[in-house]
Order: sequence, then structure tokens, then C-alpha cells
Amino acid sequence: MSLFAKIYYQIKKYWKVVKLYLILAGPGLVVMVADNDAGGITTYAATGAKYGYNLIWFLLILIPVAYYVQEMTVRLGAVTKRGHAEAIFDGFGAFWGWFSLIDLMLVDWLTLVTEFIGMTASLKIFGVPPWLTVAGVVTLMGIIVLNGRYWTWEKIALLFCALNLIYIPGAFMVEPSWHDILHEGLIPNFPGGFNGQLFFFLMANIGTTIAPWMLFFQQSAVVDKGMHEKDIPWGKFDTLLGSVITVVVAIFIVIVTGTVLTGVDIESASQAAEQLMISDRYIGTFMAIGLFDAGLLGAICISLASSWAFGEIFGWAHSLNQKIKEAPWFYISYFFTLVTAGLVVLIPGAPLVLITLFVQVIAVTLLPAALVFLILLLNDKQTMGGYCNTAWQNLIGGGIVLTIVILSSLYGISVMFPNLF
Amino acid sequence: MVNMIKRLFLKIGEINRRYREPRIEMSLGVRASLLILRIYLLFLVGIMFYKFVLLLK
Repeated sequence: MSLFAKIYYQIKKYWKVVKLYLILAGPGLVVMVADNDAGGITTYAATGAKYGYNLIWFLLILIPVAYYVQEMTVRLGAVTKRGHAEAIFDGFGAFWGWFSLIDLMLVDWLTLVTEFIGMTASLKIFGVPPWLTVAGVVTLMGIIVLNGRYWTWEKIALLFCALNLIYIPGAFMVEPSWHDILHEGLIPNFPGGFNGQLFFFLMANIGTTIAPWMLFFQQSAVVDKGMHEKDIPWGKFDTLLGSVITVVVAIFIVIVTGTVLTGVDIESASQAAEQLMISDRYIGTFMAIGLFDAGLLGAICISLASSWAFGEIFGWAHSLNQKIKEAPWFYISYFFTLVTAGLVVLIPGAPLVLITLFVQVIAVTLLPAALVFLILLLNDKQTMGGYCNTAWQNLIGGGIVLTIVILSSLYGISVMFPNLF
Repeated sequence: MVNMIKRLFLKIGEINRRYREPRIEMSLGVRASLLILRIYLLFLVGIMFYKFVLLLK
């Protein structure tokens, strides 16, 4: 075989692999990038402004944490062909099932409100009134889901995921010192010593990386996409790629605010965008567009997580592959969650800050339960067969779960009692 | 409307019957995990209730 023939054969082989991945890519990438939602952007912006580049090393640790937790939902979904809510009902009975479902519904709805807070605040910078943002977002999301195909929805979601990368050129535009980033950011350190405030920031970063809705969303998405056991390696790769991208974006946000807004107390991402507008109009615009995109992507996924879970339990048709006539309750619950959450933001004097804090506390109650159920379900040999957790996976997964449970609980408590730590 | 609520309650009853028994084998490890989870959640709800009372005061 000639050299050219060999090269042609290799390229064709690799292109086939890329094409296969493009078909199977989606749930992992979407869920992980959507994790950088409005709340996440605020946390990263505040972390950079407060501690500069010093906590970049901590964000890097979150890559394997996010991956190991989310890859378990890929295996569970592909093997059982059931969403997470249904798996909990089936595995642990009605009591734990209802607890998880009601908690999920509450936390999803409240998180959706925070996404609308982020989206309206970001477009307000450009002079768009909140009512127009809410109406526009509901219409856009309606168009996205009503096309009647999971595939189309997923590819549109991936497009918004790509827009999330806007922070990367933004970071290059502020011309940071790469020497400082490498020296301050990659060597583990606790700026100013390990105190209560730093602890709060570390916990907030963990809290934004693993959220309860992500477990429910990814498992349901794997089922709706129709993934099988043979697709698990691709699902894992998809999740790993998503984990890397989400943390990379987070790091670039930290670089932007760590360079331009060092020492500024940031309370919201829109405030960060406004501050950045003063120093550089383009960077501020990038920040605001990124915040809107993050809120939109979060809203797209979170509203679906609830509708899928309800459909699984109540036995309604609950697939994006079904038209509105075939799955009316699925779409009614989807739009009901979306519209009511949007309307809350428009109520004059609505306690939006209190809602944002409440989201964190309620999420803390669901997260440990969802993680414990996840580990127990992955150890059910009868259902999982050869895809059961190995001893190593239990050790790693169990360790991560235990750490997240302890830290997120402390985070929830510190939100309620800010002066405790 | 009344019929809809009635149907909803019937459906909830059906779900409760369907998932009455947990399918996962309740080994000692599973029982212990669920017990710890219950205690943890009660503790957390207790703290939230305490905070609520503090806010009211």
C-alpha cells in the first residue's frame, strides 16, 4: 500500500470516529456547559474579582469531580432506559420517590427564576425591558421544543453551548499576565489564609459544579436520545469533554474578572458586566451576552428536567420526539414551569435575592439524597449487571459524594447563618 | 375541574401502589444509608425551621 493510500485510510478511519461521536454527542456536553448557568457565572465572576487567579487550581480539581458523578447517570440511563426520578421510585419506593420529585420540582422552579433574573439583568444593560426578555425567551424556547425532535433540540442547545465559549476571547482581550496565571493559579494556595469567607467561596464553586437537576437531566436525556449499553463509552467521553469545557470556561471568567475587577465585591454577574463596560465596552458586552446565554441554556435544560421527571412518574408521554398532541402534559408542564418562573421576575418588588439564596438551601437538601441514591442504584447488580460500579468506582464516587455532601451542607448552613464560619 | 383533581388523586394512589415495595434489596448497607439520609434531612429541616423562627422574631 502506498503512503498516500495509508494516510487516506487513516484519515477516513478517524473521520468515521468523529462522525460517530457527533451523532452520539449531546447529553454530557449540554448538561455540563449548562451547568455554567447564571448562578455559576456570578460565582466565577465573584471568585475572580475577590481572589484573582489564586483559585484556578481548585477549579481544575472540579473536572474529575463533575465527571465521576455525571458518568454514573450515563450508565444508569443507558442500562435501565429509565430517568432518574423513575429509577428512585422503582428502587426505593414511593416515599423517597415523592420526596425526590417534589424537591426536584421546587429546586428546578426556583433555579429557573434565577436564570430569568440573570437573563433580564443582562439584557437590561442593552436597554431591553424585562417583560420583553421574558416574552422573547418563552417564545424562543417554545420554538426550540415544539419542532418535535430530540435531535434538533439537542443541536440547537449545542449551538448555545458554543456561545458559552465567548468568555475565552474575552479573557484574551483583557491581556492578563500569563506568567501570573501560571504561578498564582496552578499552585494550590489559600489566598489570605483559610478563613470563613474563602471557605464560602470554595463551597459556592462546588455547589455550582454539581447540581441536583443535572443528575435528573442527563439520565433522562440519555434515555430520550435512545442510547444503549454499547454507547456508554461515547457517553462517558461526551461527559468528560463537557466537564473540561465547563471548567475551562469558568477559568476564563475568573481570568477576566481577576484581571480587570480585582478587589471589587461582585454580587451579580450583571454587576460585573456593568463594571467591565466602564473599563472596556467590548469586554462588558461579551460578559453580558455570555450571562444571557448561560441563563438561556440553564433554562432550556432545567425546565426539561422537571417535565421529563413528571412524565416518567405519571406515565405521560414525555419525549421531545413526540408532538404536542401526542404528549400534551409534557409540554403543558414545560410551559407552566417556564412561564410562571418568568412572571416572578416581572413582579414589582419580588424578593429576588431571597429566592437566589433559597435555591442554594433547597438544592442542598436534594443533592445528598440524589447522590446517595445514585451510588446505591449503581451497585444494584440485578439491574446493572456488568455495568455495576467496581470497587474503585465506589471508592472514588463514594469519596466524592461524601465530600460534596459535607461541603454542600456546610454551604447551605453558611447561607442561612452567614456569621457562623 | 373537580374531575381533573379526582383523576389526579387516583393517579397518585396508583403510583403509590405501583411503587409500594422498593425493588432494591434492602441489605444492611442500604438500610444504614437510608437511615443516615433520614437523620441528615431531619437535621437540615430542623435548621431551616429554626432559621424561619429567627426570621419571624
